[in-house]
Amino acid sequence: MLGKLSWAAIPFDEPIQMAASLMIIVGVLAVLSLITWKGWWTYLWREWLTSVDHKRIGIMYVLLALVMLLRGFTDAIMMRSQQAIAAGGAQGYLPPEHYDQIFSAHGTIMIFFMAMPFIVGLMNFVVPLQLGVRDVAFPVLNAISFWLTASGALLVNMSLVVGEFARTGWLAYPPLSELPFSPGVGVDYYLWALQISGIGTLLAGINMVTTILKLRAPGMTYMRMPVFGWTALASSMLIVAAFPILTATFGMLLLDRYAGMHFFTNDGGGNLMMYINLIWAWGHPEVYILILPAFGIFSEVIATFSGKALFGYRSMVLATLAICVLSFMVWLHHFFTMGAGADVNAVFGIMSMIIAVPTGVKLFNWLFTLYRGRIRFEVPVLWAIGFMVTFVIGGLTGVLMAVPPVDFVLHNSLFLVAHFHNVIIGGVVFGVMAGYNYWFPKAFGFTLDKRLGAVSFWCWLIGFYLAFMPLYALGLLGMTRRMQHYADMSWQPYLIVAAVGAVVILGGIAATIAQLVVSIRTRESRRDPTGDPWSGRTLEWSTTSPPPAYNFAVLPRVESLDAFWGMKQRGPVVPAERYESIKMPMNSANGFVTAFFAVVTGFALIWHIWWMAILGLACAGLTLLAFGWIERGDHEVSDEQLANAERARLRRMDPA
Amino acid sequence: MSAQADTGAWPNATMIARGGGGPEPVEIVVAYGFWIFLLSDIIMFSALFATYAVLSGETAGGPSGRDLFDLRNAAIETLCLLFSSYACGLGVLAVRRRRMDGFYLSFALAFALGATFVALEVAEFAGMIARGAGPSRSAFLSAYFSLVGLHGAHVTAGLLWLAFTVAQIAVKGPRDFVLRRLHCFSLFWHALDIIWVALLTLVYLMGAR
Repeated sequence: MLGKLSWAAIPFDEPIQMAASLMIIVGVLAVLSLITWKGWWTYLWREWLTSVDHKRIGIMYVLLALVMLLRGFTDAIMMRSQQAIAAGGAQGYLPPEHYDQIFSAHGTIMIFFMAMPFIVGLMNFVVPLQLGVRDVAFPVLNAISFWLTASGALLVNMSLVVGEFARTGWLAYPPLSELPFSPGVGVDYYLWALQISGIGTLLAGINMVTTILKLRAPGMTYMRMPVFGWTALASSMLIVAAFPILTATFGMLLLDRYAGMHFFTNDGGGNLMMYINLIWAWGHPEVYILILPAFGIFSEVIATFSGKALFGYRSMVLATLAICVLSFMVWLHHFFTMGAGADVNAVFGIMSMIIAVPTGVKLFNWLFTLYRGRIRFEVPVLWAIGFMVTFVIGGLTGVLMAVPPVDFVLHNSLFLVAHFHNVIIGGVVFGVMAGYNYWFPKAFGFTLDKRLGAVSFWCWLIGFYLAFMPLYALGLLGMTRRMQHYADMSWQPYLIVAAVGAVVILGGIAATIAQLVVSIRTRESRRDPTGDPWSGRTLEWSTTSPPPAYNFAVLPRVESLDAFWGMKQRGPVVPAERYESIKMPMNSANGFVTAFFAVVTGFALIWHIWWMAILGLACAGLTLLAFGWIERGDHEVSDEQLANAERARLRRMDPA
Repeated sequence: MSAQADTGAWPNATMIARGGGGPEPVEIVVAYGFWIFLLSDIIMFSALFATYAVLSGETAGGPSGRDLFDLRNAAIETLCLLFSSYACGLGVLAVRRRRMDGFYLSFALAFALGATFVALEVAEFAGMIARGAGPSRSAFLSAYFSLVGLHGAHVTAGLLWLAFTVAQIAVKGPRDFVLRRLHCFSLFWHALDIIWVALLTLVYLMGAR
């Protein structure tokens, strides 16, 4: 009746997991009862859970990412403390089977449920505003995408309470992830969570490409698109091209595990290297899916706070597209040790090094934008400058590892771990934090506290160097990744420094939370009535903060690159002569309901509860069909409403 | 100066040529988004094609394509699929001219031919499994069943979609939002032909030799 599910699935005998489970359950119950007690359900359902507004969906993506950052960071600090003490004969406090789940969960959560939602959320919020669009091309699909991503996150976190998570690392390499070596439900949790959220991400990518290419405001030629729009386009095209490979690859591993097939098994003619090739054919573009929008954020931030147009706009666009294409030609550098031979390795090594060229172009463009600019050291700029220094170091160690003979020494060592944290923290995390501080006032109408923002930045920066520079040294000393304990006592001092670094980063995360709380409490004094708190250059700053559901009362007329800057140069904002009514999509429960059934189906498949899986899948399908049967109505914002809203806005901007 | 010719018009022809023409109408946006989806779907197939190419020789002592594939069956399947798409195309043309009898007839034919294709494929699979050549026999057969089966699953899903859309038109009439979806369905149905042609070549024609 319940497949493999029984009371044995609850880890009663493992105190750490039980405590974590209890904390999660108590936390969820506390939030739910608070909502019930305050009577917020109707508001939540109407304004958020069924919303198809790209801004609301973007905010929910970012919220999901911030919560998952806490979860992933808890894993990180457990690993750092374990390795700081488990030297010589000591075993630390985490047994191997638990430690293996922690590093697998850390990687999975940080990439798929922290970095991805953060990037997709910022794209969702910003891109339509920047391009002068009223909503994305497919608003309901956008909601479905978000809720499927949230479903995946939910399944990963359920594994903490019911059952176990994968012990295979964040990419679940076979044959370890095959049934004989991972008979438990851990790998199944991993696979189904990522299949469900992966479909969400793919749909989000399709939506974003269509929005950017087909819905831009009149006059917004390709070469007038803000750089963030270009990087979002490149990133979304990579999503469309790479995520189907991930779906197919996980699908094959699932068939191996569920139907006894032989894609990647040791026996029956299976070829495990096929999995490694396919997963990295997705995996390498994936890192550019994350970093390209971050590059876009830095471009916006640096231009705005230097008070100058971005240096070398055309070369920036070209570099973005070059990286977009090259990202698909380097996947083999993740496994030079496969033994493909000197020629193949040389080609992929050289291709990998070539990526440093367009990236270098970008760095010089940012430097030349800062040069002779009137730089205002607001929080986003701190993150941008911290990024430029840190990312160069990460890039250089990457070029080092792109040399195949060097890679044979450094493969799977902590040098690699230090490298990819160097580029992902120094690039993606710094980028999304810059974007979070930069666009927060647009989303909520008040600025974030500058002092606590700076504290957060310095903790992250110093903590990052303390936590990861020792890992470079340890890698060169020969320490491999994913060790639950080690015999060589001379490694311990480095790992203690790394653990201290993790604690400093914890300070940075605490400062971010404090910044949010303090800013909300003092919001009345930090209101921004103008909608343009940073003296911005692009269209998102031309509307109110927060923007109305329809974004722009009149579609902006784009006359130049940095469209809003040009408008401000030409004179003050005046109300339009007349307004035309706007049709906006109605809310839809489609995304939430479909995702609910996706969770049911995923959970049933993980535990082999076949009747429930069929029921869940049928209900998800029927939900889509039922919503597809109804012709969706629009609701109209009349010309009078628009005129009144615009008059109120202009009064707020200039009370005189 | 070309700008002179464009006096008064904004955005002018040059700007439109450079992508500044403003938002596209909804039919274009929907079809464009669906094209992007189809491309992503084809990429998913390409991952399976690559895997099949790598694993097609890995029979683990079991039967190979030469022992199993029946080209006559594959030929009939191909004809069913291609004529189903042809009927679908005729149906779309008919509904645009509001010739509803022609529309229903064409789509009934498209459905019947698609269903025949699925039935032939299921029979082929059942025959192989009965001979001990199921998907868990060898890596070659895993790749074969998954690649061909994924295409078959797409056709089956397409049949459900076809029935749903025709029912919508029967109940609600040829409304714009239904016709946009019908157009997407027709793109989908044709894309499955493209995949089938690749599949027929790589799996059946090259495998039966």
